[in-house]
Amino acid sequence: MAPTRICLVRTGGQSVAEATQSAAAGIGIPRLANALFVLPYMLILLVMLIIPLGLGIWLAFQDYDMLGGWNGSVGLENFQNLLDDRIFRGTVRNTMLFVLMTTPAFVILGLALALALNDRLRRSAMLRAIFFGSSVLSVTIVTLVWRLVYLPDRGMLANILGTVGLHSIDPVTSETWALPAIAVVTVWWIIGLPMTLFLAALQQIPADLYEAAALDHASRWRTLMSITLPSIRRTIVVVAVVEVILQFQLFGQALLITGGGPNNTSRPMVQFIYEAGFRDLQLGFAAAASQVLFALMLIAALAQAWVGRKREG
Amino acid sequence: MAEVSLRQLSKRFGPTQVIGDLSLDIPSGEFAVFLGPSGCGKSTLLRMIAGLEPLSGGEIHLGGARIDILPPGDRGVAMVFQQYALYPHMTVRQNMAFGLRNIGTPTDEISRKIADAAEMLEITPLLERKPAQLSGGQRQRVAIGRAIVKQPRAFLFDEPLSNLDATLRSRTRIELARLHQRIRSTMIFVTHDQVEAMTMATRIVVMNRGQIEQVGTPMDVYRRPQTRFVAGFVGTPAMNFLTVAAVSDEAGFARVSLPDGSTVTTVIPTKALPSAALTLGVRAENIQPGGGIPARVDVIERLGERTLIYANLRDGSTIVYDETGDVQVSIGENVQLAIDGSNAHLFGADGRAIRG
Repeated sequence: MAPTRICLVRTGGQSVAEATQSAAAGIGIPRLANALFVLPYMLILLVMLIIPLGLGIWLAFQDYDMLGGWNGSVGLENFQNLLDDRIFRGTVRNTMLFVLMTTPAFVILGLALALALNDRLRRSAMLRAIFFGSSVLSVTIVTLVWRLVYLPDRGMLANILGTVGLHSIDPVTSETWALPAIAVVTVWWIIGLPMTLFLAALQQIPADLYEAAALDHASRWRTLMSITLPSIRRTIVVVAVVEVILQFQLFGQALLITGGGPNNTSRPMVQFIYEAGFRDLQLGFAAAASQVLFALMLIAALAQAWVGRKREG
Repeated sequence: MAEVSLRQLSKRFGPTQVIGDLSLDIPSGEFAVFLGPSGCGKSTLLRMIAGLEPLSGGEIHLGGARIDILPPGDRGVAMVFQQYALYPHMTVRQNMAFGLRNIGTPTDEISRKIADAAEMLEITPLLERKPAQLSGGQRQRVAIGRAIVKQPRAFLFDEPLSNLDATLRSRTRIELARLHQRIRSTMIFVTHDQVEAMTMATRIVVMNRGQIEQVGTPMDVYRRPQTRFVAGFVGTPAMNFLTVAAVSDEAGFARVSLPDGSTVTTVIPTKALPSAALTLGVRAENIQPGGGIPARVDVIERLGERTLIYANLRDGSTIVYDETGDVQVSIGENVQLAIDGSNAHLFGADGRAIRG
């Protein structure tokens, strides 16, 4: 009997002869037992992700109170209530503003740090460790440190402003500065990750490209724009998408620094969800807010990935 | 095109000296090949000329002007890299235009230069492709094209054929030689492959341990190696080296005795010989069967048009000689060999060739 030439898993360059040989050896023939290899992962995915996600979506359409229990389906009422809720609308605005403030900062600052520290000097290695070091701190420590920085009159910020002859401000209690103050804390806290991702990408660029550019009379700026940035375009998209997803989930810093105030100007969506679900015990309402957050994150991430791919094309 | 002059160049990496006090003049329009084993400093030397490696000492002049104080882009040289170094996100046309755009060349002139170079290298249909869509040979041509459009005063090639397969390599060798004949520009080519050096060079610069061993035309380097290193490095198979047991005089020329008792009369005057230990060097093609030196065939390498036969002399030393492609010989067979003394070389203990 001629060996079968049907292969489920075929690599791009595999010739028919190789495929025939593989099939003859029993490799590539679909077998139910092969599914066992992915079963553990599929189980975890199902139990830990897909089922909770489905339950969350279901919950968003229910009147579910943690004390009162389930009172049946309410259709889109939870979403309607969210739309009518001035505070929720404010949290959406705050969260989006926060993402707009932090994501470009992560990309630009992360890249700038990576470019500045992408060498073999011991000094750079030390600075890389320092910049990454803050990422391992817990949000409690970070916010404690920055509360001290932001202390009115005695804090570091007040001292610096005083030195240059400016009036001291208290960003924590300022409607204008509360959200930017949290953005600064966040960038300081986790700038290490984008920097490291950019460093890894920069080190993948072959040195001879830069040498060719030097022989091609390219200035430093031209080299950055024409060689470096196009070479790490994918990493820039990855960093932007990852940061958008992460920063939409702002919670700890806002809760611990400003508590969402003053006058809800720094209250993020996750804090709203937390308060609706765990303080007010309205699980259905909180789940609906979660779905809005999920949708926003999905749209933003997909849009960025799409823009990145379009530019590449 | 311009003359390249290297004056007392030296290069150190930390405490390690890789090039020491090296001077060389490459006349305008010459195809010079730096030939040497890995780590001999030939690529470093090329990169020093390009400006990619700082000098530890010395000066580099191109067309009479000192260039080692200039950045790479201002030196008037173009380089073809071993890995081609094409910008992956740019099309072939953009790759070739990049250097010209950086010096503010008008767009129509860039287009004309690219069209000319592309036609010369037969890459016109590839101009809108990206490097990833090209084969190794095509990338190689684009890399050469990128150098040509800049109309440099000197071309630098850093082992550009080493990533090509054997067929493509030999074809590209011919094309490069043709290109040189056509544009008559000064070219410096680095390789460890002696076939590339022999076939393309107008002059070969043989390097070893950061020093120049010999500079000469391909046949000069092959026929009259100045050192034992050059004699052993240039030529396939490598030159046979046999220890000289004793030297006598025969009409003013050295007659050497080998450890197995056989003798070879050379055309090297006896009076030129030092008293220290000597080595006889003889190429495989200068050994023929039918003489008085007995040997036993050990290994036979059939190469098609010729056969290389490795045979052991009576003292156990191995000698390789040339035979015709279809010679009837078998392993273990006893043969009688003759060494053509008129083409034999003698090397002193310092490795230098002894000439009359």
